[in-house]
Amino acid sequence: MKRYSAFAIVREAFRQHTGWPRAWASPEPRERYDVIIVGAGGHGLATAYYLGRNFGITNVAVLEKGWLGGGNTGRNTTIIRSNYLQDASAAIYEKARSLYETLSQELNFNLMFSPRGVMMLAQTEHEVRGYRRTAEANALQGVETEFIGRERVKELCPIINIEGPRYPVLGALWQPRGGTARHDAVAWGYARACSDMGMHIIQRCEVTGIRTEGGRVTGVSTTRGDIGCNKLGIVVAGHSGVLAQMAGFRLPIESVALQAMVSEPVKPCMDVVVMANTVHGYMSQSDKGEMVIGGGADGFNNYTQRGSFHHIEETVRALCETFPIISRLKMLRQWGGIVDMTGDRSPIISKTPVENIFINCGWGTGGFKAIPGSGWAMAELMVKGESPLAAEFGLNRFREGRFIDESVAAGVAH
Amino acid sequence: MLILHCPYCGVMADETELAPGGEAHLRRAGPESSDEEFMAYLFERENPRGVHFERWRHALGCGKWFHAARDTATLEVFGTYPAQVTEPPEALLETIREKRPGWQWRDLK
Repeated sequence: MKRYSAFAIVREAFRQHTGWPRAWASPEPRERYDVIIVGAGGHGLATAYYLGRNFGITNVAVLEKGWLGGGNTGRNTTIIRSNYLQDASAAIYEKARSLYETLSQELNFNLMFSPRGVMMLAQTEHEVRGYRRTAEANALQGVETEFIGRERVKELCPIINIEGPRYPVLGALWQPRGGTARHDAVAWGYARACSDMGMHIIQRCEVTGIRTEGGRVTGVSTTRGDIGCNKLGIVVAGHSGVLAQMAGFRLPIESVALQAMVSEPVKPCMDVVVMANTVHGYMSQSDKGEMVIGGGADGFNNYTQRGSFHHIEETVRALCETFPIISRLKMLRQWGGIVDMTGDRSPIISKTPVENIFINCGWGTGGFKAIPGSGWAMAELMVKGESPLAAEFGLNRFREGRFIDESVAAGVAH
Repeated sequence: MLILHCPYCGVMADETELAPGGEAHLRRAGPESSDEEFMAYLFERENPRGVHFERWRHALGCGKWFHAARDTATLEVFGTYPAQVTEPPEALLETIREKRPGWQWRDLK
């Protein structure tokens, strides 16, 4: 792998940029791999990366039916935070957030991680109590957050309207080391590092069946032929149910559309991420100047990557109330992604009823922030059969009633 | 916008006056059921990419619950039918089989 550096830019400037190699290879699939990961999004590539980095397993293929990072990795609002209420959630999200801090250096790829601070507005008395509780929980979990008053909210984000009229801002849960990162770059950076370790990233290769023998996985059928494997990791977000059906089990998951949009670019006006969960909208400003806006998910099953217009309307209405300054902004693009929702709004990183098939899914509306931690835990689970970070996130929690209830803790968006 | 025909009041209802109620025809686990059966009833879902039977409520209309058959991959609506049944009407199933040759619902018994 040719390292990216200031020196390399200068060198290439003198030779018409002809010396940049492809960031990752596009090999033909082999007949057999030690490990196959289905899904070359952030979580799948991170799993492959940590298999190689932490355990030296490099005979790995990452199969992707579309293009690399073209699913939810390229469709989210790039927010990174770890201010969760439950211990298990805080542990894995904080692991991810702390890995993000140095990931650009580690991967030698600029992820544009920007720990600009995330604030979750409290706009009802209920939310004030909830976030105070979360701040106390975070203190015990070693996650740096703080409950701040409304004056401090206004100071950190002057364009915000804290007076209401419907929902005046009463305070906020502030995580100073939360922020954003360049979402595509996360997939690209991991892919480049995986390819460098000799792993195969095979795009436009859709898995059409999972082959098992005596309750044990032996390989997958794909649009590019059969490929054998010892272990299989399913990391396909919205399509988890489809893959699970191929393997012969069901998941406690429903797939729904979640939408986001960006505005035309404007001058810098907001250098924090603001989430307003009561009115249902969140916003940050990208480095290009676009306001990046997200809202609520649809309530019905949907695989089409497009959602209902009235949800966009709700989100925009909520944000115009919170940020009157944006009311004349034109929206540039709007899109949808298929998110995999579990009943307790917490992910699944688990063994499955089929031996040597592992599944990482259920990140719902908030998977991007978790990518490094999720890959770390999934890789450990696939190698050792258990992982402290993933211990609470098993499928068995639904049978045993050990929910990690973040739906109540986080309000709506997370 | 998703538009469903309410089989009770006859209105072609916009999505904004409907409330989604999730997968239809789940069989309630009884007092003698195992933990696995309760888990399946409470949490596990078909979540198909394709034909899906689901419950809807005409929340801002007549207020009644009803069923709809929809394709989650194309958003095509096959039809709606009343709530007081344990499985979809045969005529509707026939319509779906015509439009989606080879389709079969895994678990209706």
